[in-house]
Amino acid sequence: MRSVEVLLALLVLAMLGRGLLSDAMSTPLLQSWTTVFISIVIQAMPFVALGTLLSAAIAVFVPPAFFSRALPKHPALAVPAAGLAGGILPGCECASVPVAGALVRRGVTPGAALAFLLSAPAINPVVMVSTYVAFPNQPSMVAARFGASLLVAVIMGWLWVRLGRSDWLRQPRHHDHAGQNKWLAFAAAARHDMTQAGGYLAIGAFAAATLNVTVPAEWLRAVSGNPVLSVLALAALAVVLSICSEADAFVAASLTQFSLTSRLVFLVVGPMVDLKLFAMQVGAFGRGFALRFAPATLVVAVLVAVGTGALLW
Amino acid sequence: MVRQATRSVILLLVGGAILKTTISGTYVRYVKEGMWPLLYVAGGAMAVVALVGVAGLFRKNPEAEHDHGGRFDAAWLLMVPMLAMLLLAPPALGSFSVSRSGSALGTAPAGNEFAPLPAGDPVRLSVVDYASRAIFDQGRTLTGRTVRLSGFVITGPGGEAYLARLRINCCAADARPVKVRLTGSLPDRMVPNSWIEVVGQYDERTDVDEVSTEKVPYIAATAVTPIAAPKKAYES
Repeated sequence: MRSVEVLLALLVLAMLGRGLLSDAMSTPLLQSWTTVFISIVIQAMPFVALGTLLSAAIAVFVPPAFFSRALPKHPALAVPAAGLAGGILPGCECASVPVAGALVRRGVTPGAALAFLLSAPAINPVVMVSTYVAFPNQPSMVAARFGASLLVAVIMGWLWVRLGRSDWLRQPRHHDHAGQNKWLAFAAAARHDMTQAGGYLAIGAFAAATLNVTVPAEWLRAVSGNPVLSVLALAALAVVLSICSEADAFVAASLTQFSLTSRLVFLVVGPMVDLKLFAMQVGAFGRGFALRFAPATLVVAVLVAVGTGALLW
Repeated sequence: MVRQATRSVILLLVGGAILKTTISGTYVRYVKEGMWPLLYVAGGAMAVVALVGVAGLFRKNPEAEHDHGGRFDAAWLLMVPMLAMLLLAPPALGSFSVSRSGSALGTAPAGNEFAPLPAGDPVRLSVVDYASRAIFDQGRTLTGRTVRLSGFVITGPGGEAYLARLRINCCAADARPVKVRLTGSLPDRMVPNSWIEVVGQYDERTDVDEVSTEKVPYIAATAVTPIAAPKKAYES
């Protein structure tokens, strides 16, 4: 059957079943779930749109040679340069995934593109300012977050340069846009990236909303007294909540029963590893990549954040 | 061809759902009020990109959309949030979220200095502002004044009543509740999750929240009036 017909049939069914559907979803739990699910998607959509328009522009308008000239030749130097460049994209993690995908397709060495992927949502000015506002009595939190996040991004980039294998990266084959009208090619690339990034975002939002409304908050209180467990608990919380990096500092600030170090772990892990990000990485780079990259990033992020906390506080 | 058509239609519906939610104002149930310009840009960009795709179907040589060998197209997944937005449009979070996470006022703002309350008798305050002044400033700026707060009702296991409000910094996924315990002259029956307006004075007692172990301030109510749920349910 043609997919357009499937789509129309689905829409008609949904319209007809609307009453049944809203009755079924009317318990407080399911209603809260739906609200959180929609809110994660709506909150992320402007950044998905921004990121995919940018990635489409990179794919169509930026000549392939541009990035190889702009970045240092040696991969070991290109990684920190790309990590620092992440500081200028004022978006959250949903924007950085499609942009990093486009960078790899445009010939940027994957290690550098991955350093950018991790640092962009973590160290941009918007995130730094919101961290400062959320922790008015601990300005050192801003420096700690910046330093630890950049360090994790660079370490992961270098790790990829040393150990990464190109067959772990499954790049969606992009159509050669040569010879086409540039603007039509831009719209086609944007449509492709928007539906793919958006679709995987929906999976991530589904999982995050489910955990958001089901994991009991008492679990957190129970472990807050233990320094090791509290670090692990807040790392896990950052992964499951999938909060936008521009808002996570306020949530971290409200977790007052936890140590500063464990809250730093929350802030460093959140923008780099979470459920929606994992789903989007699967979409952009393939499952084989995401299954290796996300757990490795989680371990490095926890270690670097704990080390930073031990040095500072 | 087919893939281009389905993707374009799905994207048009998603962009349309975002625009509809924004125009109707229901978006404040999910994200911050100030998000509207970004939502117009996002919904508009999706709609334009989708319309270019639809128009392309009628060209003589439609571009071949990159097919990934018959694999499942992730675009279909966008149907779930789109249908949820258009068909369900659930209300803002309420008492269910408060009972799950407990009061979460967080830490004191920088400098710990609270400006005197503005003029007005009673003076309207947000629940967050009242609770912050009560807990972080020991109610210094509240003493001797009559305040007016609005929020929804939460009842505790022992029948105690609270005025609650959720605040968000970005979207409903980061909603944090703030509770104020109600004492004084209260109606016999408080309906959980119903919206009320409370006029009252500062009461220096505090409770400890069972779930979050944070301090919960009190207010001695002189009048409690039911009100309609406001359009903008969250404080920031």
